[in-house]
Amino acid sequence: MVKKAASRIYLALIFLFLYLPILVLIVLSFNNSKSRVVWGGFTLKWYAECFKNETITNAFVTTIQITLAAAIISTLLGTLAAIGISAMKKKNKAIMLGATNIPLLNADIVTGIAMMLLFVKFINLGFVTVLIAHITFDIPYVILNVLPKLNQANRYTYEAALDLGATPLYAFFRITWPEIKSGVFSGFLMAVTMSLDDFSITFFTKGAGVNTLSTMLYTELRKGIRPELYALSTILFLIAFLLLLVMNHRSSSEGKGAKQAI
Amino acid sequence: MRKSGRQLFAGPYLIWIIGFILLPLAMIIYYAFTTSGGTFTFENVAAIADPVHVRSILLSLKLGIICTIVCLLLAYPLAMILNGLKIKQQNFVVFIFILPMWMNFMLRILAWRLLLSNNGIVNAIFQFFGFGTVKMLNTQTAVVFGMVYDFLPFMILPIYNSMARIKNDVIEAAKDLGASDAIILFKIIIPLTLSGIISGIIMVFVPALTSFVISDLLGGGKVLLIGNVIEQEFMQGTNWNLGSGLSVVLMIFVIASMALMNIFDKDGGGTAVW
Repeated sequence: MVKKAASRIYLALIFLFLYLPILVLIVLSFNNSKSRVVWGGFTLKWYAECFKNETITNAFVTTIQITLAAAIISTLLGTLAAIGISAMKKKNKAIMLGATNIPLLNADIVTGIAMMLLFVKFINLGFVTVLIAHITFDIPYVILNVLPKLNQANRYTYEAALDLGATPLYAFFRITWPEIKSGVFSGFLMAVTMSLDDFSITFFTKGAGVNTLSTMLYTELRKGIRPELYALSTILFLIAFLLLLVMNHRSSSEGKGAKQAI
Repeated sequence: MRKSGRQLFAGPYLIWIIGFILLPLAMIIYYAFTTSGGTFTFENVAAIADPVHVRSILLSLKLGIICTIVCLLLAYPLAMILNGLKIKQQNFVVFIFILPMWMNFMLRILAWRLLLSNNGIVNAIFQFFGFGTVKMLNTQTAVVFGMVYDFLPFMILPIYNSMARIKNDVIEAAKDLGASDAIILFKIIIPLTLSGIISGIIMVFVPALTSFVISDLLGGGKVLLIGNVIEQEFMQGTNWNLGSGLSVVLMIFVIASMALMNIFDKDGGGTAVW
């Protein structure tokens, strides 16, 4: 009994540690006073200012563009790569997977700098370089989500379909696709989250004109904290909440439990 | 025949690997071992022995190790408690504990700046109880707080996952044979979750060691980690060769720490958290 109470208290304390900062941000976003400790009444004006502020809205739009473009391209490339890798012999497979692990294991700051050093030789840093960088660190997550599904899939059904006269494309969409679909989708969602959250790699590859939310926030935070940012935090927290809810729902409806997808 | 055809699908990705993973690494190594004039040198890598750089790498190691230990001590009991819950509760609680991880990294730092600043909430509570104002922002403590907050989920998830794989029968068998709780913990649970612990340590230690943003925003420029030194070489200074040299050294530290941890990881698959 004592043990149970102690574990409840422990859970509550960690919960407090994780959510107190977020709660403070949310409360302050409705606070009609610039002070951090005085409650000046309820207001939505920081939300209005947040939407009027061009630095914030521009960064928001850029973030969405980069995230979606990078996630879509990396899902395509990554899925194709996974199909190719699954057909390889052991040694080649190991080489490809080893290379795939490099961006996952290397420090973000080193990955970012390395790409910057390459990019500045050929093009100006900007939207395109950020996009390429994001695709590069997104692809491994897609491959690692799709490959296990391909390995689980029955190899012979695809070949049987070909033997029975199906075109490869038809066989792919009728046989392989249904088996790997969920992996492709989790890979896509993972790519989205990684892109949304990235700071270091974007920071080094972005050049002067382009800003994602992370890099914009970094510049703003170095200048000082403005209340619009509280409103932005609340909105982004809600988005994260909804996104995770979708992902959780998907993986539990697959009957595999939430933790595998995450 | 068909199989070799299918391999071609990996072609675009192979080109991508060469162009955007291997070539950038070659660039950073090239810069690291040349002067700005292009002649070969060891100076940029040897510059790590410079007292300023030694101090910053030691500080990075110190804060990284503290952060990893704190995360491990917080996460392990938490994972055990989570694992003991009913399945339905479990999914919900795990959801709650990873949700903060999905909020923008920069905003989590913003939140801690608010909490820790001199006129922030924590100090308001201190003053209420008559402790006076404690300076917390712009100290090493603040940086460790931020790191623990940011990286804790990376420790919780792998440990929790490896714990969920332990079969209940094993623990019950130990109980039937008269093992005490402590023996069950040290002889069964900890050895069986070792791979989770190790991937947790890697996933927390590597970002903590190489971080520069947390130390910049919560340390107020006073906590100079190796990441900050490198960042400054590229963004404020112009000595890209020196910055690359230090990056290569940092990369060696990362590889070494992973290799060190892998010695303890006997069953291998530990790093596959995702």
